Amino acid sequence: MTRSTKNLILALSAVGLAACATTGNTDEAVSVKLPAETAQFKPGPNAELARTYCTICHTPDYIYMQPPLTRAVWTIEVNKMRKVFGAPFDEAQAQKIVDYLMTQNGRP
Amino acid sequence: MRKPQDLRGARAPSAGRRKLLSAGMAIGGAALAGRAALSAAEGVMLPIANGQRGFAAYPQKRPLIVMTQRPVQLETPMPIFNEGVFTPNDAFFVRWHISGVPTSVDATKHRINVHGLVKQPLSLSVADLRNHYEQIEFAAVCQCSGNSRGLFEPRVAGGEWTNGAMGNAMWKGVRLRDILAKAGVQTGALQVRFNGLDTGPMTTVPDLIKALDVDQALREDVIVAYEMNGQPLPVLNGFPVRLVVPGWYATYWVKMLHDVEVIGSVDNNFWMNPAYRIPDNACACIEPGQKTKTIPINRMDVRSFITSVQDGARVPVRQRVTVQGIAFDGGYGIKKVLFSPDGGRSWSETRLGRDHGNYSFRQWETAFEPPRPGTYDLQVLAFNTIGESQRFTPRWNPAGYMRNVVETVRVHAA
Repeated sequence: MTRSTKNLILALSAVGLAACATTGNTDEAVSVKLPAETAQFKPGPNAELARTYCTICHTPDYIYMQPPLTRAVWTIEVNKMRKVFGAPFDEAQAQKIVDYLMTQNGRP
Repeated sequence: MRKPQDLRGARAPSAGRRKLLSAGMAIGGAALAGRAALSAAEGVMLPIANGQRGFAAYPQKRPLIVMTQRPVQLETPMPIFNEGVFTPNDAFFVRWHISGVPTSVDATKHRINVHGLVKQPLSLSVADLRNHYEQIEFAAVCQCSGNSRGLFEPRVAGGEWTNGAMGNAMWKGVRLRDILAKAGVQTGALQVRFNGLDTGPMTTVPDLIKALDVDQALREDVIVAYEMNGQPLPVLNGFPVRLVVPGWYATYWVKMLHDVEVIGSVDNNFWMNPAYRIPDNACACIEPGQKTKTIPINRMDVRSFITSVQDGARVPVRQRVTVQGIAFDGGYGIKKVLFSPDGGRSWSETRLGRDHGNYSFRQWETAFEPPRPGTYDLQVLAFNTIGESQRFTPRWNPAGYMRNVVETVRVHAA
């Protein structure tokens, strides 16, 4: 067996529920393939803006798993993405993304 | 029997009901799985707002609760903790912070670079670790700082875990202090900081770097681990090597470790400050809206769980069953675990399972026989060997760290 064929390619089935439960040895190279991303931004005003910028770093399940958050908290989160992580949107766009997040998972 | 009065440092009430049935029937099975019933096809509804989650089998993993897809975060379903004291590698929780997680790792080419305030920088392969350093192996719990964050009230933003961002494994590797001794730590060293292969999708994203004070880094049980439960680490748990800081929260257990730098200052990168910090007071808590001085999160609190029966389950009335679960702390070891069948009004001592060391899960079991139909609030309360215990009212802090309240599993006897 050649070195390359010893590399492990762990392919997932289409439904994403079956995977080879194989481990690599620490004297080998290991390759894995992560399941396709299926989480979706739901429709709403400025959804495209959110999709464009948020997905640079993460899937939208980061948004929908949160408890419903106030505008103040969503604003803090969006500003963190811009100022700490360097998301390339400006302040006006940040406001629009907050507007969108409020329609998706906001509370008064 | 009286209820323990104090939250931390409490003295336990003496156990009254010591007589246990060893031949008790274990609660289990799909019929008793309760509200959080698990179904790979339908996913799961965790008992929190927006608690819908799917299941998926990631590479080298069985189907687990998918919290997020990228960066991937996977939660271990509670029933898995009932299967044994060690959490199988393919069921171990997964938490990454930044999305550039390597999916191809060549362990033969991987190097751990040791540099900074050292006399002799090192570049070590995994084979170097195996061949030139003393290997040690021990059991230790790896628990996310934010495990159970979803159960905080009021809720806080973050990774919305229930209780499955934890696991117990046998870790094998070499002592960091032996590596640092070979490199020779220079005077003036204050911290050692650790970086893994993961990267952000943009250069502006702070790289995940964690730091330990030198005295922590030189502890005899901080290791660079290349085996987990006798196998290489799954890629999603940090193949080929990760740092293991037993007793401390998993934020310090840097995965795919490749860079160890000894520094003469206190690291202030985003992931050390302001992230992963707790209120600098005895309870690591504040009231919502308050602000206070903070310190880096560190040693784990005492926790315990019932694993053999799920919240909302139905149990047979007037039948003796064995209730079992786990307890752990930040490294002093579990001394005793008390069980209450009545929401904390009465407590009795449980029988502890085999001792796998102070950093491990400790299993416990006890008999439970509901005398009449109705609702029973089952609780469990652990104490460690220095008298620390669990809270009866949950702490609150803005990041949702260190939950260790006494949890309640409500069962219905019929």
